[in-house]
Amino acid sequence: MAAVNLRVNGSLHPIDTDDPGMPLLYALRNDLGLHGPKFGCGLGQCGACTVLMDGQAIRSCQVTIRAAQNRDITTLEGLGAPENLHSVQAAFVAEQAAQCGYCTNGMIMSTVALLAKTPKPTEAQVRTALAGNLCRCGSHIRVLRAVMRAANAGGPSHG
Amino acid sequence: MGEITIARREFLKTGGALVVGFALIPYAALGQTAAAGKSLAADQVDSFLVIGRDGGVTLYSGKVDIGTGTRAAYRQIVAEELDVPVQRIAMIEGDTALCPDQGGTGGSTGIVNGGMQIRQAAATARQALLALASTRLSVGSGDLRVSDGVVRSADGRSIGYGELIPASAGTGSHFDVELNAKAPLKNPDTYQYVGQPLARPDLPAKMTGRHAYMQDFRIPGMLHARVIRPHAVGATLTNVDEGSIAGIPGARVIRIKNFVAVVAGHEWDAIRAARALKLQWTGGGGLPGSERVHAAIRTTEVARDEQLIRTGDTDTALRNAARKFTASYEWPAQSHASMGPSCAVADYRPGSLTVWSSSQGTHGLRRNLARDLGIPAEQVRVVYMDGAGSYGGNGSDDAAADAALISRALQQPVRVQWMREDEHAYDPKGPPQLLDLKAALDANGNIAAWETEAWLPENTPNLRSRPLLAFLAAGIPQPVGQSVAQVQGNAYPSYDLPNMTATVHWLKTTPLRPSNLRAPGKPGNSYAVECFIDELAAAAKRDPLEFRLAHLKDQTGIAILKRIAERMNWQARPSPNPARSRGAESLGRGVAYVHYKHTDNRLGLGIEVAVNRNTGTIRVTRAVCVYEAGLMINPDAVRAQVEGNILQAISRTLHEEVQFDQNGVTSTDWRSYPILTFPEVPALEVELIGSVHDKPLGAGEAASAPVPAAVGNAVFDAIGVRLRKAPLTATRVRDGLAGQT
Ligand code: FES
Ligand code: FES
Repeated sequence: MAAVNLRVNGSLHPIDTDDPGMPLLYALRNDLGLHGPKFGCGLGQCGACTVLMDGQAIRSCQVTIRAAQNRDITTLEGLGAPENLHSVQAAFVAEQAAQCGYCTNGMIMSTVALLAKTPKPTEAQVRTALAGNLCRCGSHIRVLRAVMRAANAGGPSHG
Repeated sequence: MGEITIARREFLKTGGALVVGFALIPYAALGQTAAAGKSLAADQVDSFLVIGRDGGVTLYSGKVDIGTGTRAAYRQIVAEELDVPVQRIAMIEGDTALCPDQGGTGGSTGIVNGGMQIRQAAATARQALLALASTRLSVGSGDLRVSDGVVRSADGRSIGYGELIPASAGTGSHFDVELNAKAPLKNPDTYQYVGQPLARPDLPAKMTGRHAYMQDFRIPGMLHARVIRPHAVGATLTNVDEGSIAGIPGARVIRIKNFVAVVAGHEWDAIRAARALKLQWTGGGGLPGSERVHAAIRTTEVARDEQLIRTGDTDTALRNAARKFTASYEWPAQSHASMGPSCAVADYRPGSLTVWSSSQGTHGLRRNLARDLGIPAEQVRVVYMDGAGSYGGNGSDDAAADAALISRALQQPVRVQWMREDEHAYDPKGPPQLLDLKAALDANGNIAAWETEAWLPENTPNLRSRPLLAFLAAGIPQPVGQSVAQVQGNAYPSYDLPNMTATVHWLKTTPLRPSNLRAPGKPGNSYAVECFIDELAAAAKRDPLEFRLAHLKDQTGIAILKRIAERMNWQARPSPNPARSRGAESLGRGVAYVHYKHTDNRLGLGIEVAVNRNTGTIRVTRAVCVYEAGLMINPDAVRAQVEGNILQAISRTLHEEVQFDQNGVTSTDWRSYPILTFPEVPALEVELIGSVHDKPLGAGEAASAPVPAAVGNAVFDAIGVRLRKAPLTATRVRDGLAGQT
């Protein structure tokens, strides 16, 4: 058993494991109890597992905990809470931009990363940025509206 | 969930509650029993509503919110009829020990059936509470008014609902109120909650990672399991090399005949073990393969024929007609393709089995588990938890059976989550469909006769559930057969035609295990019927929308089509589009009209496409839907369902086909089974027709039905190629264009 240190949502967590090749997603969900990131495919194809690593949106099912060591990881929980929503989360609530919500983690995390780089994206830029985030319920129209609403509301307010 | 159980039990034990319940057909006779082995004997009827002494209301719903927004809508109904603020209403869904059996969730019945039962329960409770208040205040109940859960008399006295609940303890003092089917309902003109676009209560938690999905649920001492399926369906397991996983901490093999699983304390170890485990299989397979599936349908044994409609004399009309047309349409097998693979947790102990599941029918699942595992039904409890959207029977019930079987073998709680390839390969499929159509035009270019012959898999008589994979593999006897829902719907036109017949040849079998997939059968049937209508319009050199109007008497239907024409600035002309090219792209527009199931919603859909003649790619650029929605409890939730159905159906139309070979499904990820992506999403306009005075209609799935045909018709308008096989892939477009020259 070796310990791998992960810095998640601002605090440091040692993870005991005999396999540093384990994908980050499992450490977040099972060792840290952070259920924002979801298992959708484990193949890097759907975006349900998206987290921020040093501000970049990454697929946590495709990054090992070894590679995630000493990086800054932010999950959906780290953005805001129901009573203290991040501006992107607030925009998603305002637009009622989910049905089952299983894809929502990926939508919000990808949006946060996009707006950090491109604060006033065109709708076409948003579509491209979210092209790797799948939604089976067909909530796309509302997600697009939510992203545009968040962009117009200005940068991240807190969290 | 544990806390909730106790809360309810306390209510019932102390009698500090008004319980409104009623026995439900058809399964009421089975009764309902204790949570976690504790008797609820005081509760002799299935109940919907409990009002606590604090005035809070808890709603117990047998129907579940699978992402459709009924969690908001049901609260609105109760708030309205009971006169309590919507925030005071808590809700528990699909827990078989607590919630009434309202049948499975699906077929857009959530409001039409489930919601109307709840409405009557709330109205009954209000009436009972008013009677209590009338006694306590010595005022006739006609002179009492209620608002926000407080009853007031004309002389200014008031009493809260909570204070009306008897305070004395003991089961003897609480009372049931039988549901009164005649309890007066609110006048819709006075509605405060119903008809409002209330925000869904679950979204803030879903948006922040706080909502507990099935996939997030953990219990102490739980092992993680993965099930390994054979590489050919129905294969026999001949050897398990347990040594192949010896190096993985805590990993163990569970084998029951051809059922094989691995468990480990850590999920990642279970996944590694499932990948490393060496197995040998023999036999199995024998499927026709997706390339040949429609040819195979023609030689599949037919159980019986059913005539869906017969008006006039089609045979004679066809024989005598001047111009006759025939066409065959093919619809592929499709997957529910849930974003989250199916998951379940089971805790088997001697004398009890508790299963947490995102099944759309927890009561049905409970019956199946009890029957197949030989456990008395009253010892089985299934607790619903939200999963990823399922749109019908996905793998949830199978994952529950997996978990139950392994937990029983180990006598330990077990969590099973399917991997992506399991969900794509093994979720039960929407079955492939084949329709042969014949029609005749008269001298005026009107439809003189129509005949449908459809080949669709039958619902095995008296089979209430589909066989579960785990029990099939483990050799546990269960009723055999298939269950596909009402797949024959909309197999003939929604127009008034003088001579029309439609026949279904009910197939004994279909290659991949089927289940209900959103709007079962209707998208495929409407694809054939509404494209063929377009073929007739083109043959008659008439505008396709005007052609439809000419065959329609229904005033709502006519208004819907005219509204679409108006919104799309529809220029009357025959298809294909004479001025259609813009560079490599050809532009087209199409329309389809459906009276859903011929009894439910009427709706029309207009579609605009741009087809790239070099690549064959179809871009759907605009969708305009006019949808008869009836009474909308929550108009925004209805709108979201209509939007979602349209986008999902565009995905099914353009991309989705389960690929399989002799051995099984080969499209086992999102590359081989692609779905719609953001860059492909069209501009979407949805117009809902309805008012609070209407009766409720299905909220959503009808919108799936016209999509494939409207897209197909728009593609024909753009490039003059009629695609009669879905999905409308770029390859098929290119082949069609090549065949044109
Ligand atoms: S779960 Fe990581 S991309 Fe799908
Ligand atoms: S909301 Fe269900 S998958 Fe996107």
